[in-house]
Amino acid sequence: MSATVGVVQFPGTNCELDVQRAVRSLGGDAELLWHADATVDGVDAVVVPGGFAHGDYLRTGAIARFSPVMDAVAAFAADGGPVVGICNGFQVLTEAGLLPGALQKNAGLKFLCMTVSVRIETTDSVLTSSCRVGEELSIPINHFEGNYVCDTATLDRLVTEDRVVFRYVDNPNGSLDDIAGICNETRNVVGLMPHPERASDTMLGSADGAMLLRSLLAAAELPGRMVG
Amino acid sequence: MARFEARVEITHLPGIADPQGATIERALPALGYENVTEVHVGKSIRLVVDAPDADAARAEVLEMCERLLANPVIEAYTVTVSASRATPA
Repeated sequence: MSATVGVVQFPGTNCELDVQRAVRSLGGDAELLWHADATVDGVDAVVVPGGFAHGDYLRTGAIARFSPVMDAVAAFAADGGPVVGICNGFQVLTEAGLLPGALQKNAGLKFLCMTVSVRIETTDSVLTSSCRVGEELSIPINHFEGNYVCDTATLDRLVTEDRVVFRYVDNPNGSLDDIAGICNETRNVVGLMPHPERASDTMLGSADGAMLLRSLLAAAELPGRMVG
Repeated sequence: MARFEARVEITHLPGIADPQGATIERALPALGYENVTEVHVGKSIRLVVDAPDADAARAEVLEMCERLLANPVIEAYTVTVSASRATPA
């Protein structure tokens, strides 16, 4: 039986169908999870996709973290379930406290929409288990607030604990230590600014993101975790 | 209950980059203002709170800052509370 990925949809989310399509193209199943429903029952992994959840009012992700579905996502993550936040989803996960740090406006104050090279820094995460360390993937970014910041103690921990999952080869946004993505202590929650779903087929210019989504599907299929 | 006006000023924590402030600081000399440094851009939020007294109003707004209005990871905030001229509904 193929794994089911739940893709969270807030008002203002705009990448949920891309993620759903990409997951399905890789043989997984994907269903949308409406933000106002306080459950993630029946899914084997959760993706918080990109967009502008709740219009990004106040701060990116600031309102979204209070959506009813987020308590269920947090419980799912605490139970070991794979959770990935892409772009705005990464911002939501930091606001929700599922990942440390925050995402600030890009250093150049430009909205960046381009394909970048990101280097895999660890394969010990639900999103990179099928990759090799040092491998460079070509994946689009599309954000105004992708400039990762955290305090020195947090950065030290991220580095020491091998929790920087991706770094930009050529830092586009001023992100601290070239960080493009990180994971939590238990390595089942990953946030990244690049959009793997937009690089899931050669027709889109790159299929490098498919490798990441395949890792996620593999993690979702792992038995032994309590579901629901 | 009394009615209070609260003003929340949100700024970047020291050491956190403020790209908007930096950009404005670079733009001002073009207008002839060569004497400006330390430009910071933040947010100002005003709200009206009904509370037993000013201390209670302030405590509640500080809690709102911690939980929603500011992100303590990157932002600092100050809260000013004053009596509102309007009467509670």
